[in-house]
Amino acid sequence: MTQMAKPATLSEGKLRQLYRTMLLIRRFEETATQLMIEGRLGTSLHSSVGQEAVAAGVCAALAPDDLIATNHRGHGHCLAKGVDPTAMMAELMGRTLGTNSGCGGSMHIADPERGVLGANGIVGGGIPIAAGAAYAAWVRQSGQVVTVFFGDGAVNSGGFHEAMNVAALWKLPLVFVCENNLYAEMTPQRVHSPTPDLWIRAAAYGMPGQAVDGNDVLAVLAVAEQAVERARAGDGPTLIECKTYRVRGHFEGDPEKYKDKAEALIWAARDPLERLKPQLSSTDAIETEIETILADAVRLAEAAAFPEAIEASRNVYA
Amino acid sequence: MRELKYWQAVNEALALEMARDGSVVMIGEDVAAPGGPFGTSRGLLDRFGPRRVRDTPISENLIVGLGVGGALNGLRPVVEVMFFDFLALAMDQVVNQAAKISFMSGGRQKVPLTIRTICGGGRNNGPQHSQSLEAWFGHVPGLKVVWPTTPADAKGLLTAAIRDDNPVLVIESLQLWQVKGEVPEGEHVVPIGRALVRRSGKDATIVTAGGMVPRALAAANELAGQGIDAEVIDLRTISPIDAETILASVAKTHRLLIAHDAVKPFGFGAEVAALVAEKAIEELDAPIVRVTAPWAPVGFSSTLERAHYPQPSDIVRGVQSLFGNA
Repeated sequence: MTQMAKPATLSEGKLRQLYRTMLLIRRFEETATQLMIEGRLGTSLHSSVGQEAVAAGVCAALAPDDLIATNHRGHGHCLAKGVDPTAMMAELMGRTLGTNSGCGGSMHIADPERGVLGANGIVGGGIPIAAGAAYAAWVRQSGQVVTVFFGDGAVNSGGFHEAMNVAALWKLPLVFVCENNLYAEMTPQRVHSPTPDLWIRAAAYGMPGQAVDGNDVLAVLAVAEQAVERARAGDGPTLIECKTYRVRGHFEGDPEKYKDKAEALIWAARDPLERLKPQLSSTDAIETEIETILADAVRLAEAAAFPEAIEASRNVYA
Repeated sequence: MRELKYWQAVNEALALEMARDGSVVMIGEDVAAPGGPFGTSRGLLDRFGPRRVRDTPISENLIVGLGVGGALNGLRPVVEVMFFDFLALAMDQVVNQAAKISFMSGGRQKVPLTIRTICGGGRNNGPQHSQSLEAWFGHVPGLKVVWPTTPADAKGLLTAAIRDDNPVLVIESLQLWQVKGEVPEGEHVVPIGRALVRRSGKDATIVTAGGMVPRALAAANELAGQGIDAEVIDLRTISPIDAETILASVAKTHRLLIAHDAVKPFGFGAEVAALVAEKAIEELDAPIVRVTAPWAPVGFSSTLERAHYPQPSDIVRGVQSLFGNA
């Protein structure tokens, strides 16, 4: 591991902002799951509960016109980048009010105005695209930094290695964020990778690599700021491995027979929200605000129309 | 009008579009310093610099991904996948990503991406450098697929592809590489989606595309000597296919043959045949005939390759069979 960035001392306001983002993600995921159970939201859901610190910490290091690409477990990254929770909830419900007008769903949230290139239904599929967006930022000298989120499953896809290689070779303004949540779909990490550490793969490409406690939002923010600064300065990409845990199944409804209960208890004690909370004065106002946002999101999304049948073949071409 | 070789026309289109629009970039294997594996990007590096003209590692999935991501962030990339066969390595980025993004985003994103590739068939390149895979891509909503036959079309269709706001696959034929033809100077755009009647005739319609077109024209000339006046349609765009031109021709000739270098099952010949069967079966005076490669990979030896790709004599026999003279 390269040297650890020291978490800076943050203002109460900044800490509250990080907590707010994490709580928004947590409650968004829990609300979506509950709606699915009630039959009000019929999509396959990949919950990021337990991984909120990665989304909140990394996105807090980004500028508004910086870009992110994410994966099938991407609700948190999109919310942290500023996508409207109502539009996202509507997308999960397949409504016209959705970020993608109901054409994409949970795995394809995209929002160009918030710098979200897109979530992705193909594991690893967003990584070459992020490299392309970073290449464009470099060609256009736009000053943008691109961040790509992916899991421990994606590091064994060819696109990861192809993109790591070219990003390092061309010194692209790109930050690779691996959320190692210990499971690739229904397979434990030890079954699909020879080493528990994934950040070490950066060395093969002459790129800085770093592991961080992915359940510590302040630690994540500190390493992300360092990587973003490096990328923006033209010094090239960084691989950050956020060690975290997928609290839920691969998908909501997954019986999770492959998971170790003792392991789940250990990680429950490392909950990212509970770890930040003691540093804050009362969070009641934040909690009330988030509940209102989500209640409005659900109400507006459910009131929104489903796409007309004619939309099934619209926008096939730009 | 001045003449250019097919590959020179590609080079000219790239240079003109890069000069016209600073967001056009050219990336791929051996495209910068080497000037392209077969010369099509010669001179571009010197003229437009290493940011816009870039050699990539041998990473086809990444090459197309760079184009998709670049297109989503303000560029109009032209990416080169050296041989048609190599697109198999990039299928996720082409099919799941580039082609779907406009639809999947509800129209909020677009991917103005040109994917150039070279069909190596007919030049003894062996089984993994010679396939005609256009049907794979014609089957994907959101993609456009063009296949120029002449130097003028090579310039005009590539220009149209670069200016299009959608992902366009441009197939170039290595067997046509040195063919010379008149090419308009300056801006020259051939619209995507329109076929061209290369030879007008009244007795039978031959629908074909790409490297097969010159062989179809040779067959038509031979047939003329036998008193059969064949019309030859060069599709130019595989997808979206120009139904209007095909149907108008069949309404005139009442006989249809489709010739392609790809294998027969599920090839574009099947699509053209189905189109005519659906829309104009009453116009036909004879069953539709397809002249295609046999159900096999392309062999290396020149005798095997010649046996694989339909020759003018095969097309002549096919057209004769439309008149009951098999």
